[in-house]
Amino acid sequence: MKVLVTAKRVTDPDVKIKVKPDGSGVVTEGVDFKVNPFDEIAVEEAIRIKEKLGGEVIVVSIGPKECTKEIRSGLAMGADRGVQVITDDPLDSVNVARILEKVVAEEQPDLILMGKQAVDGDNNQAGQMLAEFLGVGQACFASKVEIGDDGKTAKVTREVDGGFDHVEVDLPAVITADLRLNEPRYASLPGIMKAKRKPIREVELASLGLDTGARVVWHTFSEPPVRKAGIMVPDVPTLVEKLRDEAKLI
Amino acid sequence: MGNVLIIAEHKNGTLKKASLAAFSCARDYVAKNGGEFHILAIGHDISAVADEAACYGAAKVHMADHEKLGPYLAESHAAVAAKVAVDMSAELIGATATAMAKDMLPRLAAKLGAGMASDIMGIDDKGYFLRPVWAGNAIVAAEITTPVKVVTIRGTEFDPAPKGEPGGEKVAITVDLDFDKLGKRFIEFEEVKSERPELTEAAMIISGGRGTKGDEGFKLIEGLADLLGAAVGATRAAVDAGWVPNDLQVGQTGKVVAPDLYMAIGISGAIQHLAGMKSSKTIVAINKDEEAPIFSVADYGLVADLFKAVPELVEEIKKVKQ
Repeated sequence: MKVLVTAKRVTDPDVKIKVKPDGSGVVTEGVDFKVNPFDEIAVEEAIRIKEKLGGEVIVVSIGPKECTKEIRSGLAMGADRGVQVITDDPLDSVNVARILEKVVAEEQPDLILMGKQAVDGDNNQAGQMLAEFLGVGQACFASKVEIGDDGKTAKVTREVDGGFDHVEVDLPAVITADLRLNEPRYASLPGIMKAKRKPIREVELASLGLDTGARVVWHTFSEPPVRKAGIMVPDVPTLVEKLRDEAKLI
Repeated sequence: MGNVLIIAEHKNGTLKKASLAAFSCARDYVAKNGGEFHILAIGHDISAVADEAACYGAAKVHMADHEKLGPYLAESHAAVAAKVAVDMSAELIGATATAMAKDMLPRLAAKLGAGMASDIMGIDDKGYFLRPVWAGNAIVAAEITTPVKVVTIRGTEFDPAPKGEPGGEKVAITVDLDFDKLGKRFIEFEEVKSERPELTEAAMIISGGRGTKGDEGFKLIEGLADLLGAAVGATRAAVDAGWVPNDLQVGQTGKVVAPDLYMAIGISGAIQHLAGMKSSKTIVAINKDEEAPIFSVADYGLVADLFKAVPELVEEIKKVKQ
């Protein structure tokens, strides 16, 4: 089974991101970059599928030159090779999906795994759009993936409002990973060493011949509204009194 | 003037309350920009849903009723919605940002060649869509440059549309789809049954985090929730640890809620959790670490060990309720 998996470079999700004073963007200077956590889960799933069924895992990242780091981190976990689409342009989800469509056409994978959303733009769109552009099925917010014995279908459990949706998709399909799909492994030292020698194919965005005009343009950024400060209460009876008399909730 | 199409969500033959936020967003939009507000309901045996939907000020309620549309699949539902959107000249297509909408609308946008903005909180004077990015640490004004625009709508940011008299004209849609060629089959829906209210509809939510240490702590939280008739919520850390299902996750990557009362118990207040609950009317935080960031958004903060404080809280509330 040949699995294509995405690894977006995002700001460290544990860092509180601030808006630039002029509202032109967010401050990323001095902030570490990491693999989008949902993509990391997707990479882990891809590797588990390979370990079970054999085949190959290809990690794709789209972005500046520095994205090599995010691809290498997938390779260190156990993926086989990388594809890096190089661009400094801001891309909307349609652009991302169109670029991935080109990579899929080139690589012809049996399955495409992605994170359900990236923790910077929080769009939750690219996987679904890619599935539509490819004309294949989608199984988003996956908490369990089982590849069929013939390798032609996958049973997927989707975590949705009020329960679990069980579906079967024909492969190739796009599956997006939710939080509980698995717990990504840490790369081992030999894994990290090996990753340095694994091949990464570099593709200049311009060479794909795509119209990357933006369908969504980000203008000004602002701080979210701040709540006014509350009070500390000394004990439980005071808390209950406040909830009863001030907030009138109980 | 372009029209607005809202996709209504329903369950067991009833319109979901969540959809009322999207109706309200659509009503504001047409009041300002002109055009007509239409609703689309997709499913099987949905005439009662359409009757109900017709009471919220829409000019038309389109019904795509077909046996094979009963189980939700993004592939079939997006195909039906795209056809309706084109036929009724929709300029804006939206739905409240539920799991279903998040799954289906990007596919619909791709089908229509439309740009999309997720989880919008409002629309500014220039017609840009205000939406949270970086786990809600920033709000961006996003312009969709395509003639057709697709949005999911953050339910907590729009008041539910008020119910009026039935007025919308019901229109049955002819469904012409090859259901064998979707590339996906529905197997079953495994409902997580709960006597408690749904998170996004609850007036009160009691949430637990890493500090609950698992089952024992969550038992206390459930006890308090049941006493108040509240829903139970959780942080990503608690879901990650496998203590509760993801369905209960409150946060930027889970559910966004804004109840009258949100009690955060044993929750430190990670950025992505705060993004999902800080619009709540009253926030109570109980945590033994006085430095916990959750206290910065709390109206009432109590530094205490939850294993002592929650049982005491239950006793005190019982006294008040008597």
